[in-house]
Amino acid sequence: MDWPLLLQLLVDGCANGLVFALVALGYTMVYGIVELINFAHGDVVMLGAFLALTILGALGGQAGWPTLILLVPLCALFCAGLAWLIDRIAYRPLRHAPKLTVLVTALGCSFVCANLGLLWGGLPMDVFGGGRAPSSPKSVPDVLPLENLLGDDSPVYLTARELLVAGLTLPLMAVLTWFVRCTRLGTAMRACAQNPVAARLMGIDVDAVISATFAIGGALAGVAAVAYALYNGTVHFQMGYTLGLMAFTAAVLGGIGNLPGAVLGGLVIGLVQSVTVQFLGGDWTNAVVFAVLIGALVFRPNGLLGARTRDKV
Amino acid sequence: MTSSIRRPRPGLLRRHGWWLALAVAAAVPLLDLLLPARLRLTGMLVPLMAYALVALGLNIVVGFTGMLHLGAAAFMAVGAYTFAILTAPSFPFQIGFWPGLAAAVAAGAASGTALALPTMRLRGDYLAIVTLGCGEIVRELLKNLAPITKGAQGINPLPAPGIGSWTMTALQPQPWYWLFLALVAGATVLCLNLRRSAVGRAWTAVREDELAARASGVRVDRVKRSAFTWGAALCALGGALAAAYNTGVEPSIFDFQMSVIILCIVVIGGMGSVAGVLLGTVVLMGFNQVGVPLLTKALGGGSESHPLLDANNWKFLVFGLALIVVMRLRPEGLLPAREVRDELHHDGEDDPEQRREGAL
Repeated sequence: MDWPLLLQLLVDGCANGLVFALVALGYTMVYGIVELINFAHGDVVMLGAFLALTILGALGGQAGWPTLILLVPLCALFCAGLAWLIDRIAYRPLRHAPKLTVLVTALGCSFVCANLGLLWGGLPMDVFGGGRAPSSPKSVPDVLPLENLLGDDSPVYLTARELLVAGLTLPLMAVLTWFVRCTRLGTAMRACAQNPVAARLMGIDVDAVISATFAIGGALAGVAAVAYALYNGTVHFQMGYTLGLMAFTAAVLGGIGNLPGAVLGGLVIGLVQSVTVQFLGGDWTNAVVFAVLIGALVFRPNGLLGARTRDKV
Repeated sequence: MTSSIRRPRPGLLRRHGWWLALAVAAAVPLLDLLLPARLRLTGMLVPLMAYALVALGLNIVVGFTGMLHLGAAAFMAVGAYTFAILTAPSFPFQIGFWPGLAAAVAAGAASGTALALPTMRLRGDYLAIVTLGCGEIVRELLKNLAPITKGAQGINPLPAPGIGSWTMTALQPQPWYWLFLALVAGATVLCLNLRRSAVGRAWTAVREDELAARASGVRVDRVKRSAFTWGAALCALGGALAAAYNTGVEPSIFDFQMSVIILCIVVIGGMGSVAGVLLGTVVLMGFNQVGVPLLTKALGGGSESHPLLDANNWKFLVFGLALIVVMRLRPEGLLPAREVRDELHHDGEDDPEQRREGAL
């Protein structure tokens, strides 16, 4: 057995998987309450990453890791506001419309956000590394040191980037778990997910809870955006689609609407990706990820941790 | 009293609407010839009709049967690549245009049946994500199986249709236009008749209430499978025609954006409404294929100019906003099917259970 290689795949897979998990949490929380695939969510992450890139680029070479203390909350706030705004403008008027209507609206929001990202990348600013064309990928300046923390001769490569991803995502998931289980708003969210009508009858302001859910999902997306931008080093206007697709697949794989399921799904997909890149090459990642998803859904149609539902007449 | 209830005689548009539309569509290339050469549209309108076939196919799955399908581009790709591999001069088969087209339709139908097999147990959003995934898998296979599909560079040239020694050329779009129009007209008649046939009524039953349909003796699995088969066959036909007119295929065309645009055509036009889907194609694809290039030309946009002058840089903004606005103001689509419109405007609005389980 090639242990260092396996360990390396584990490290890479978990780092990517944790970012997917953070985005997947946003999908799954929204789905749990309003039963909507919020296609715009991935693009909210993308716009957050563009904000991070713009700030880091504007700071130029002075940006060090202390910048992150400011950058992370700023991006979280920006994405939370954006997600809230999208819900307020586009989704809320359609609360009682058929599902497909809202879904198409979500696709529309995704198009709008992706196009805004494209235009953002085309702004005549000198802060973006990478190509000048609006659609070219932009490179993120290195904020974190790149040296191997395990020593230069260690076969496994672990840098401050992986630690940053873990340090941002894991505490956030712990806080989210506590929040959903123990606070009033979290309880209200679970109530709305279970039965919105009954929740309303119990005096819960369902619309406020839904708004809060979008905002919380957006905040997670903002943190994920920073983690993604710094970990992968490039930002591209179409990353919202690819990242969103992976994250949504993670949410479905874990059982949509289920918070631990989203994290599990994210990690599984991160690991599948890193193993695929190693043994089949990067061209096959999406195909393998979706093959795993379809295989899993054939045997467990409600996801890995999803509850079995029966048809009711 | 019965004499006082006079049923109004249906208007001219209602009685002869299809024939009028066909006549207008068929006359477009002739009127187009009156325009100066640089403003002629026929060449740009031909792909629209290939997309109309794809949209009619997706309408069978999404509109008639109520299954959310986000991978229409995959069926298009199956048709286009089957056609390309069997007819392109760079491959040994070279079976010719018409047999190639027939093979593309057959391959599309087979792929639809194949996709239906693992997805029968899945509902709503799970089905959506799996069809999306299948689309991505197909695109990646096309890109990566270079020995068969020539990878990212794609396959070209492809043969054009013709009779005897005469074949169509890209310089003369009018014959293409009328050929494609005839196929769209045929597909329209097919869709209208399918909807009224036994299998079409079974599709509607499954869309309205799967459980009730099953209880009434509809074989839900078989019915869903047949919807996928018919839908995929039409999508593949459209894909093959688009490839033939384009004289080449490459995998990047068949991406998720394509699937979404086709879905938007169906939804904005009016789910389950054949006329609506055709209108939706004209509006959305017209904007994409004709409006955007014309606007870019009018604004003088290009790779060197300001990004905002190139309409390609903001067409998805327009698309997205159009989707949001149409869904807000007219969720049943531009030309809705009667049942869908009634459902949206008369009942079920404040019953959340119905919202969750009915209408997808």
